[in-house]
Amino acid sequence: MSAPVYIAGLGAISGIGNDVAENFRALREGRAGLSAIRYLDTVHKNTFPAGEVKSSNEELAERCGWMGSDSRTAMLGYLAAREALDDAGINGSVAYRTGLISATSVGGMDLTEHFYPHFLANNSGGKLRQVVEHECGAVTEKMAAALQVTDFVSTVSTACSSSANAIMLGARMIRNGLLDVVIAGGTDALSCFTLNGFNALMILDQQLCQPFDQQRRGLNLGEGAGFIVLVSEAVAKDLSKPAYAKLTGYANANDAYHQTASSPDGTGSFLAMKGALEMSGLQASDIDYINLHGTGTQNNDASESTAIRRIFGNSLPRMSSTKSFTGHTLAACGGLEAVYSIKAMEQQCLLPGLRISKPVIEEEGVMVNEFTNGIPVKNILSNSFGFGGNCSSLIFSAI
Amino acid sequence: MSREQLIEDLKRQIVAQLNLQVQPESINADEPLFNEGLGLDSIDALELIVLMQQNYKIRLVNAEDGPKVFQSIGTMADFILENQAEQN
Amino acid sequence: MFITAASAISPQKSFRNADGFTAVPLTGGNRLLCSEPDYSSLIEPKLIRRMSRIIRMGVATAIDALQQAGVTDPSAIITGTAYGCLEDTGIFLKRMVENKEEMLTPTAFIQSTHNTVGAQIALMLKCNSYNNTYVHRALSFETALLDTMMLLKENGTSQVLVGAADELTDQSFIILERFGLFRKQPAGEGAAFFVAKASPDAAIAEVKGIRTLINPGTQQVEDAVKTLLQTHGLGADDVQLLLSGRTADTAMDQYYNVVEQTIGNEAAVIQFKALCGEYPTSTSFALWLACITMQGKTMPGMTDASHVRYAVIYNADKSGYHSIMLISKC
Repeated sequence: MSAPVYIAGLGAISGIGNDVAENFRALREGRAGLSAIRYLDTVHKNTFPAGEVKSSNEELAERCGWMGSDSRTAMLGYLAAREALDDAGINGSVAYRTGLISATSVGGMDLTEHFYPHFLANNSGGKLRQVVEHECGAVTEKMAAALQVTDFVSTVSTACSSSANAIMLGARMIRNGLLDVVIAGGTDALSCFTLNGFNALMILDQQLCQPFDQQRRGLNLGEGAGFIVLVSEAVAKDLSKPAYAKLTGYANANDAYHQTASSPDGTGSFLAMKGALEMSGLQASDIDYINLHGTGTQNNDASESTAIRRIFGNSLPRMSSTKSFTGHTLAACGGLEAVYSIKAMEQQCLLPGLRISKPVIEEEGVMVNEFTNGIPVKNILSNSFGFGGNCSSLIFSAI
Repeated sequence: MSREQLIEDLKRQIVAQLNLQVQPESINADEPLFNEGLGLDSIDALELIVLMQQNYKIRLVNAEDGPKVFQSIGTMADFILENQAEQN
Repeated sequence: MFITAASAISPQKSFRNADGFTAVPLTGGNRLLCSEPDYSSLIEPKLIRRMSRIIRMGVATAIDALQQAGVTDPSAIITGTAYGCLEDTGIFLKRMVENKEEMLTPTAFIQSTHNTVGAQIALMLKCNSYNNTYVHRALSFETALLDTMMLLKENGTSQVLVGAADELTDQSFIILERFGLFRKQPAGEGAAFFVAKASPDAAIAEVKGIRTLINPGTQQVEDAVKTLLQTHGLGADDVQLLLSGRTADTAMDQYYNVVEQTIGNEAAVIQFKALCGEYPTSTSFALWLACITMQGKTMPGMTDASHVRYAVIYNADKSGYHSIMLISKC
């Protein structure tokens, strides 16, 4: 069961860039992608900043080569998954058993919410093509068809930990000998549904969010997609360029405390990090950097930092939340942050968290607040925690 | 509106809004809404904030005031009356 | 993968009624609604007040299955749902439109999340274990089973709670009807949960294998059925029961014909959607039927089930997803 799983390709689209290179450049230059809402039609557009992908649906459809009637979630997902597959150099010339495991929390809600006013006014109103992709699975299906993946296709939806769980499932299918290649990650478009939902929960920040700062007020929503290509050892040897890293640890646990809030002692996140460490065979002190879940809400950051202290004691690794750049991309965050973590390892650097003036973790140098080059980075822990107590952690290690 | 009337209205509105499995009349105006009393939680608190806003046009500006205002139906009624007086 | 407990809420009187169960083809027009039990002994009133039907049905069948199996702290909770929590989704959308995005309360939004059923089960059990939710159309339940099989392989002592739930709402019924889905077959819904483990003690049935196919040709389906049987040393004549997803809708007939020709010679064929209606996770109800048949329950058109040793569940969903499951008696 402990056969190694390699990461051979990366793909990303978010508020800070349309591909991996643009995303990484923004992270290096400290440029956040959070601003007043421009593309989503909402009454809150000037109230809550968000990390929108800086493209209209028409522009995205053109990049996809699609007709323009698809869900934004599907378009973002396809663009990132396609980039990841191309990056891995997998072009279908060798018949690997290939799977697509995507994660989403909104699915085609961005279109459904346009259908709904017409439908409410008259049950025979509204264009049916706007609900064809309502189901989360239908979004993945559209992506799979465009990627020509037919061996295995699935969709995970565990709120904000979704794409970490998609990556886990992909790795386990490779380890169990069921697939050779898995494109795994997640995608979520910004929608009025989620924006209003988080507003009703009163956890949105009207200013730019400050994850892991004592003055934090809440989160900014973002959108995007992040995918990685997982391959077996045999495939990794086959490919023309070396793999980026190995996925050495993963674990999924449930906080079982509250439908939306995290427990004060961080039980779920503690168990997820502990499980991932145990699987990797690493000591806590081997972790060089943590890409935090770090949403910027009072509750998450308090709970996560408590769990981190329970695992790491006084020898805390350096850490940051890149949600200060992208906003919280919900089901996509685990995929995007996996891409960022692997890039950080490739480039031997630490990614910053922005706008921290009074860090939650006060020990000198623990919170990374500027891009730091030339640091040996061998093992990275990436956390994704969600509603419903779903907590997952992944560990990426240098080859 | 009298305080008594307001309390009776609130009981009905809260039972309906939160889908509580109790009769409105069986709620004591002074019993705690949260934890050991009616057993409400933080999600219900958000429902109550909107309920006050929708039915009485009263906004709870400081979230920190929540625990005090939502101690019981009686304290909610007092808060509403106080703020209505200020608005007038 | 051995099943030690099974529980289902369906349009049939199935809940906690495996002994007295008599399957009856339903005539409730083209919309079959679940026959819901009294939940008071299963779910605390404090918790149930926020639960929509899908959550109540999912949680109740999960708790029932665990009680039957005598398991209080499962090693994993895995749920499949194609549509997710539609009722709450509809409520929040409606208020959002009507209130023009102002003065919204969060409860329906919170409960609309796809992982709510699995999360509520974990919350009720205070279960910190692995918890996952699959939402891939007509393979949602099958993916949950596949995950379960891997977990049992990874840890032989696991006891996994696995199931599926989907609800039909007034709105989803109208929309799906507009797509023409229920012209020839009734719409359905339901929840079913199972306790699965790697060892055969106290098992009521064994799921020997699952195959899933996406947009296959008929030959591929035939090959997959044969291979699945062969892998377990079986031939077509060894199967006594075929639980077929066939309905009066003829769109997928070519596939059902092939499977019935392949294994239907000796086997009784039961069209399970006549009992539960059409919905994407209806194979979970079919698995429940298979489990109780293995315990000697007869199905409509079957006078005696005592000879049933092997059953195949085959479903061909119009969206292109096919699944084949091989079940055996323990």
